[in-house]
Amino acid sequence: MSVFRLLWTSWRFHIKSLTLSWFFVLTTVFMPVLVATIAYYMFQAGQRPGTLFYASLGAAVYGIWSATLFGSGGAIQWQRWQGTLEVVVATPAPFSLILLASTLATSTIGLYSLASTLVWGRLVFGIPLQIDQPLAFVVAVPATILGLGLLGFLFASTFILYRHANALSNMLEWPVLLISGMLVPLALLPAWSHPISWMLATTWGVQAIRQAALGGTPWPDIAMTLALGAVYLVLGVVSLRNFERLARRDATLSLT
Amino acid sequence: MTALRIFFVGGVTSYRALFNWLSPWIFVPTFLVAPIFQILLFVYIGRSAGVQSDEFYVIGNALQCAAMPCIFAMSNTIAGERFQQTLGYILATPAGRLPLFVGRSLPVIANGFLVSAFALVVGGAIVGVHIPAGSAGELAVVIAVSAFACTGLGLVSAAIGLLARDTATLNNIVFGILLVFTGANVPLHDLPDWMSTIAQGLPLTHGIEAARRIADGASLGDVGNLVAAEALVGVVYLVVGYAFLRALEGLSRRLATLERL
Repeated sequence: MSVFRLLWTSWRFHIKSLTLSWFFVLTTVFMPVLVATIAYYMFQAGQRPGTLFYASLGAAVYGIWSATLFGSGGAIQWQRWQGTLEVVVATPAPFSLILLASTLATSTIGLYSLASTLVWGRLVFGIPLQIDQPLAFVVAVPATILGLGLLGFLFASTFILYRHANALSNMLEWPVLLISGMLVPLALLPAWSHPISWMLATTWGVQAIRQAALGGTPWPDIAMTLALGAVYLVLGVVSLRNFERLARRDATLSLT
Repeated sequence: MTALRIFFVGGVTSYRALFNWLSPWIFVPTFLVAPIFQILLFVYIGRSAGVQSDEFYVIGNALQCAAMPCIFAMSNTIAGERFQQTLGYILATPAGRLPLFVGRSLPVIANGFLVSAFALVVGGAIVGVHIPAGSAGELAVVIAVSAFACTGLGLVSAAIGLLARDTATLNNIVFGILLVFTGANVPLHDLPDWMSTIAQGLPLTHGIEAARRIADGASLGDVGNLVAAEALVGVVYLVVGYAFLRALEGLSRRLATLERL
């Protein structure tokens, strides 16, 4: 019970804290809308039917990914800058739960960009928001947020030993956007990249949301997103324990 | 003589400081790897949408990549000093502001040039875009002028940094605007009129167009008007940035916002 209370309280705290950050909210909302705008113009010029809503959904998931990545890159770094990392690690509460709540909060903030991207597409480009399977869509969105939040947790757990985590998260933004098929069909990408795509919850999450919105079979994709999330959780906990032990042993936790 | 010393010695010191801040652990992922993936992303979106050639996106995005180091690094000349608590000391010195700040722009331009050239060469090689070796020198001139123009815009952002606390948000917004408006990924004639009109006053718009024409076989003389327009845009931003810097320096002293973190 205390685990859920800790997760819930931390999650709410981080949601409030991130929402108050102009930098985070603007970055979360603005870039996905811009990428969506470019994609709209490009697909509009291509004159292929149905591609605008396809691009809109992909850009919306990119917003969740961008927020998650940015948040997971900063989850440890921000505490390091504020001088609170050692205090948080030293508390009796498991650090993995605190970090998990933080990365889940950042992926939840991605809802802002999902909403803004879809509304932007509707208002400015007249893209209709017709959801083929509303129930599946309502399930697919939180499942994707959960899957991406857990992927962010896995990233954050490895960033504890890395002084420049933010730079690494900057680097990962475009590759995952490309390789997950958010704006480009996977079939267009080289065959060697497909196994990497399959290991990413972003790939299954965007497929789930698209299948629910455009028509198809979203449930296997939803299940895959959640299953991968469970794998990330286990790997993240193991990795965090190991890196935390190394950081304590080498006295590198603050890394300033 | 003193102004020249501040310009060059200050510039060199700033250059060294830049690379102290930009360790390989930051420089390689942010300025070398990320631009390549930006190019690949838009090349593949272009293929998916069935519009434009790979060359269009490689050149557009490679030049646009100069925006990140130029704008962020230039605005950090203010934000970084504030973070290190040295801004007050610098602005208290009698040193001329023109050599002080414009001198700092030299390493930023060089850095932007390198990032952009690397993205063009490596990104082009990955997707198989052939750019004639004979046009390398002319492209280098265009890239250098574009990096200069972006740095001019960066100086405006740096000046705003004297008043506003959060230049990182502003820089992200500027970077995104350049990505959309300058024709890096969407031809100007496909954008609404108001957007393509604004684009004429932004850095990179003319540089990207000039680079594309050179890659298609034009000479530097053929695109002289575009290169001159790009340079003019850079000069205007530089002048505006410098004027802002002086005006906002006075204002920040009056409002006591100089050291606001």
